[in-house]
Amino acid sequence: MSPENNIKAQNGIVRYLKDNMGTLIGLFAMCVVLSFTTNGVFYSQRNLINVLRQVSSNACLAFGMTFAIITGGIDLSVGSILALSGTLSAGLIVHSGFSVPGAVATAIIIGTCLGLFNGFMIAKTTIPPFIVTLAMMQIARGAAYIYSNGQPIRAMINEYQIIGTGYLGPIPLPVIYMLVFLIACVILLSKTRFGRHVYAVGGNDKAAIFSGVNVARTKMLVYTMSGFLAAFTGVVLCARMASGQPTAGQSFEMDAIAATVLGGTSMSGGVGKIGSTMIGVLIIGVLNNGLNLLGLNSFWQQIAKGIVILLAVYVDMLKKRRK
Amino acid sequence: MAEDNILLQMKHIHKKFPGVYALKDVNFELRAGEVHALLGENGAGKSTLIKCLAGIYIPEEGEVIVKGNSHIMQNVADSQAHGISVIHQELCLVPYLSIAENMFLGRERNVAGFIKRGQEAEEAKKMLARLGLDFDPNTLIQDLSIAQQQMVEIAKALSVKADILVMDEPTASLTDKETEVLFETMRQLKAEGIGIIYISHRMSELFEITDRVTIMRDGQYVGTVNTRETTRDQLIAMMVGRELTQLYFKDEVKPGEVVLEVKDLVSPPFVNGVSFAVRAGEIVGMSGLVGAGRSETSHCIFGIDNRYTGEILIDGKPVHIRSVRDAMKNGIALVPENRKEEGLVLINSVGYNLTLTVLHEIFRGRPLGNPKKENETIAQYIHELAIKTPTAEQLAENLSGGNQQKIVIAKWLATKPKLLILDEPTRGVDVGARAEIYGFMNELAKQGVAILMISSDLPEILNMSDRVLVMHEGKVTANLSKNELSQELIMRYATGGGTANVA
Ligand SMILES: Nc1ncnc2c1ncn2[C@@H]1O[C@H](COP(=O)(O)OP(=O)(O)OP(=O)(O)O)[C@@H](O)[C@H]1O
Ligand SMILES: [Mg+2]
Repeated sequence: MSPENNIKAQNGIVRYLKDNMGTLIGLFAMCVVLSFTTNGVFYSQRNLINVLRQVSSNACLAFGMTFAIITGGIDLSVGSILALSGTLSAGLIVHSGFSVPGAVATAIIIGTCLGLFNGFMIAKTTIPPFIVTLAMMQIARGAAYIYSNGQPIRAMINEYQIIGTGYLGPIPLPVIYMLVFLIACVILLSKTRFGRHVYAVGGNDKAAIFSGVNVARTKMLVYTMSGFLAAFTGVVLCARMASGQPTAGQSFEMDAIAATVLGGTSMSGGVGKIGSTMIGVLIIGVLNNGLNLLGLNSFWQQIAKGIVILLAVYVDMLKKRRK
Repeated sequence: MAEDNILLQMKHIHKKFPGVYALKDVNFELRAGEVHALLGENGAGKSTLIKCLAGIYIPEEGEVIVKGNSHIMQNVADSQAHGISVIHQELCLVPYLSIAENMFLGRERNVAGFIKRGQEAEEAKKMLARLGLDFDPNTLIQDLSIAQQQMVEIAKALSVKADILVMDEPTASLTDKETEVLFETMRQLKAEGIGIIYISHRMSELFEITDRVTIMRDGQYVGTVNTRETTRDQLIAMMVGRELTQLYFKDEVKPGEVVLEVKDLVSPPFVNGVSFAVRAGEIVGMSGLVGAGRSETSHCIFGIDNRYTGEILIDGKPVHIRSVRDAMKNGIALVPENRKEEGLVLINSVGYNLTLTVLHEIFRGRPLGNPKKENETIAQYIHELAIKTPTAEQLAENLSGGNQQKIVIAKWLATKPKLLILDEPTRGVDVGARAEIYGFMNELAKQGVAILMISSDLPEILNMSDRVLVMHEGKVTANLSKNELSQELIMRYATGGGTANVA
């Protein structure tokens, strides 16, 4: 690496810290408070790894959501696609005699196709993304219930469970998946042509069209990707529970949107970063974990989450206005 | 002229929109190394013809021959591949992306999909330098002024290796200096054998830079003339289909009482102590360079900027204006500089836009509104300002620039203001509509409305104003009465060469 490149890399990190100052301070402050109030339990290696594992599914959904929101859209169907692919993966093994890899691949492909269908409708018709994915949310959830008869499909098969429960060294596999997707999405969005087109479509779609950008294809890819991430997450979740649950992922789309917005992605499109979304994911994760450790029930967690979202977005707006 | 010199022919082009026959049998031809102007009133179909060439619209009928190949462009990438590069009338940049990123949008320099940022920045820097611009290519578009954005748009079009370059009103928001740089570049390109299609409503520019002019009227081809063999009057006559004897219309009106007075208006960084007055029946021109603080001053008076200090008096009484509602209650109206962003709800209908400022009247005492009154108001203003639209239901975004401007003026006239502030009232407006707009201004002044006209168009300032305020760096540097006005004097005060008659 040449010295010049080194400087650039450093600048990237400095910029990341600067851009995310507000949320990072918030996250840090939460960690400090928790270290006192939980007598250090929060900082135990077990708990920290636990937090990472807990956030991994929301992270994967939020990455896809970030892409969708940057294009000026939204993907409400991720929670339902997650559930459908999860139940399919278990059901195909138990009821249809698929091999584990075969079942997993089929389930992920089906979920991805639903994402592609979202993308197709959004790109080729003028139906807004909100409506298209709202419809898909209903359809995929309904399909998951029908396929499973409304009952969890138990799948106590080691080879399957390991997908969700395995470890690589001390690190749970779901965390590894999250890191892989994190890196892949960061590169995709910031370094590639496709990423630039995503920003252009959301920032000014007319300019994108007039510059020869294939706007339809860009949108299609974005929703396909989101569908893929949701399907993958669904399989991992159900494998961990050793059961395909048609109720899995209820309101997960809201957590993904919350994380994305916390990271400073603009709901009107054109602005956002995967790295910032990751901070949003961590804030929500630490908040949930911390309140759990403190023994507050989940109803309070919801209220806390709401307040944090309002606060964070407000601070972000103040920061932008000052510019 | 030899046949092989012909770069482009468009023959018998037809294009229809719902309710509008935008192009009826239009012909156009472009030679290598020529600048060929397209001239026509607002809504004549110039931009539509260009979009048919750029692959944005596909004509229903007709033939397009590029360098001997007959081919209708199917999309933008297709037209770029045929060597066509277009600067569109509406700015087409992504605000949150950098200059370099915008320049290479759609044709990113990349290896296997990975962008080569360094190379893009370098090439962008070169293109900018060619236009005498010294921007950092990593600057975000949203941090540039409109004029700077326009220059970036031009640089972007030049960075495409094209032999047909189309410029749809590139100079509408440029100052004279930038226009000169642009013309210099155009002359170079001409010498390289590139054909340029040039659209502008500024007649003087046509005589300066073009070789031929094709005139369009109401979507039809009127004719093509050599610029050297024609006159301004002939062009105007072909364009509007009648003789237009007089562009500027200004009667002497005896000024009445002072309607607006501002004292020591300050709102950093653009407004640094502005004081002046406008009387009833008076048209006061406000001149100055881009960034002198003229629009920002008007934003204080109109309550858009509510952080200013200083005093505003209406009819001699101090008033409290901290919001647009406050301003409207005091009889102030502002026709903003940027009609698409600040003036219109583009995705709504003409009628909707026209009555947006007077909804309180339409709904007064009637929770469900008064459709009869609403329709009357709409019809009245469409008629009075001669807004060219098939129906009041047409969407504002489908109207031509000049007609959009008339809607914005009309919606503020509907509030029956005492003080009308016009910010660049005729930017991108054709001569016919300009004459009409000047006509209304004259009419309003006669009725006793006080008018403050911010304009960068010097002939407009010189011909329409009773008095001219010149601004420089946030201060009024001169207050010139009609008989002492001259272009040189205005430019001197606008560039900071002293002060005169300032209260
Ligand atoms: N997408 C559209 N849908 C419906 N009508 C349209 C559309 N685009 C343009 N028009 C109409 O077509 C006609 C030609 O418009 P065009 O924009 O080509 O005019 P122009 O000559 O470029 O005018 P200007 O000088 O104001 O830019 C106008 O009457 C306009 O209202
Ligand atoms: Mg036009």
